Amino acid sequence: MQTEIIYKSILALAVFGITLFIAMYSTYAERKIAAFLQDRLGPNRAGPFGILQPLADGVKMFMKEEMIPEVSNKFLFILGPSIAMLTCLMTGAVIPWGSSITIAGNEYSLQVADINIGILYLLGVTSVGVYGIMIGGWASNNKFSLLGAIRASSQMISYEIGMGLSIIALIMTTGTLSIGEIAAQQHGGHWNVFYQPLGFLIFIVCAFAETNRAPFDLPECESELVGGYHTEYSSMKLGFYLFAEYINMFISSAVIATLYFGGYNMPFIGRFIQDPNALAIIGSVFLFCKIFFFIFLFMWVRWTLPRFRYDQLMNLGWKGLLPLAILNIAITGIVMWFTGKIN
Amino acid sequence: MTLHLFYFLSFLAILCALMVVLEKNPVHSVLYLVVTFFAIAGHYILLNAQFLAAVHIIVYAGAIMVLFLFVIMLLNLNKESEFHKNNYVKGAAVIAGGLLLVILVGALKGTASLPAPEASVGEIGLVENLGQVLFKQFLLPFEIASLLFLSAMVGAVMLGKRDTK
Repeated sequence: MQTEIIYKSILALAVFGITLFIAMYSTYAERKIAAFLQDRLGPNRAGPFGILQPLADGVKMFMKEEMIPEVSNKFLFILGPSIAMLTCLMTGAVIPWGSSITIAGNEYSLQVADINIGILYLLGVTSVGVYGIMIGGWASNNKFSLLGAIRASSQMISYEIGMGLSIIALIMTTGTLSIGEIAAQQHGGHWNVFYQPLGFLIFIVCAFAETNRAPFDLPECESELVGGYHTEYSSMKLGFYLFAEYINMFISSAVIATLYFGGYNMPFIGRFIQDPNALAIIGSVFLFCKIFFFIFLFMWVRWTLPRFRYDQLMNLGWKGLLPLAILNIAITGIVMWFTGKIN
Repeated sequence: MTLHLFYFLSFLAILCALMVVLEKNPVHSVLYLVVTFFAIAGHYILLNAQFLAAVHIIVYAGAIMVLFLFVIMLLNLNKESEFHKNNYVKGAAVIAGGLLLVILVGALKGTASLPAPEASVGEIGLVENLGQVLFKQFLLPFEIASLLFLSAMVGAVMLGKRDTK
């Protein structure tokens, strides 16, 4: 019991550190990929290939002058970015970062908490994340911030429905709400994306909208709203909002990789490597490769597609994705009926 | 441990529920209500009803309260534009609320003789058991409730459409 608690604490700290580290280097990757897609060089001054750029950015964020608008509610103004940061870091707890490692006869799972409502936990934490943006936008006492916050919240609520419905079809085929079990079921190339292609498409579009990434980055649409909900923020509070976006992107990529692309499973690798510990570590490496691919996809889309107009965004969410998701549930149910999975 | 958590969560829930009523600023009221919902979700977890707790957070804190906040922020309610109710309305509200309190106290008095449910040992709140109960034992009431929701949704859409003629 005692070792279990110590082990879980270490694992939670490790997940925390790795999440922050990857989010930090995502900012670097974003700028490098943008430069690559626009035929530029990107950051290349701080360290070799500009590899120290995120550190320089971090120092700059901490050193900048802290501004809190005179009229705003100070407590809520600080609460906004705190909630944004808190909720995006909470989601990493239920993701299986690998199978399990056996040390001296004890089995240690690489998942911090395998709760039996893992997917609902994810949805719940995501839905609470809206408050960070809404409270921050309102407490700024600025019209642009308020408009950005209202856009963000209505966008996130609208796309949560499509996301939830696409996950329901997935739950119908897997028969469990535990993310650990869903990942384990996909062993041997039975990736859920082959069984739920439409659901995967809906899910990834909703994930883009939930993380407020382009082409759905209307909440911080700079040509209309200055900076959106974080117009009044400066220094590390602004940093928290921006950082939360990158952490959300990392976690969304991890969720997509785990739910639809087999998580830590890689087909055929079991034929070459027999040692379970080595397999677990290689599985984690595979999971991170998949995650990095999806992070790249997020950035690739951002620098390729132009921004949606707001009515187009709402039409896509309510009139496009929602009926498609319901259709997907119906198709899944019919197929399961005919293949005899339900009776 | 469980008992301490129960007292803490109850205290938090009651305090925040009071603050919802006493707070002048409507946005702060809504935020206190959100904290109240979180405290109640904590009570569900203490009763081992994880599914109910998660759905409670997703639906109430995640969706309904966001919409509340949304409307209040859009209307930009503050002290200057506060709607002042006259004394008759206030008196009627006090009587109505007091009657509700009497009914609640009367209803809860009868539960004293019932055996207290044991916390965190029941398995009924887990997803599988809840699904079995809802879709086997109480299928018809469950489906009727879904019809009720559908009619409410259709009604909301109709109301929203009315003034675009």
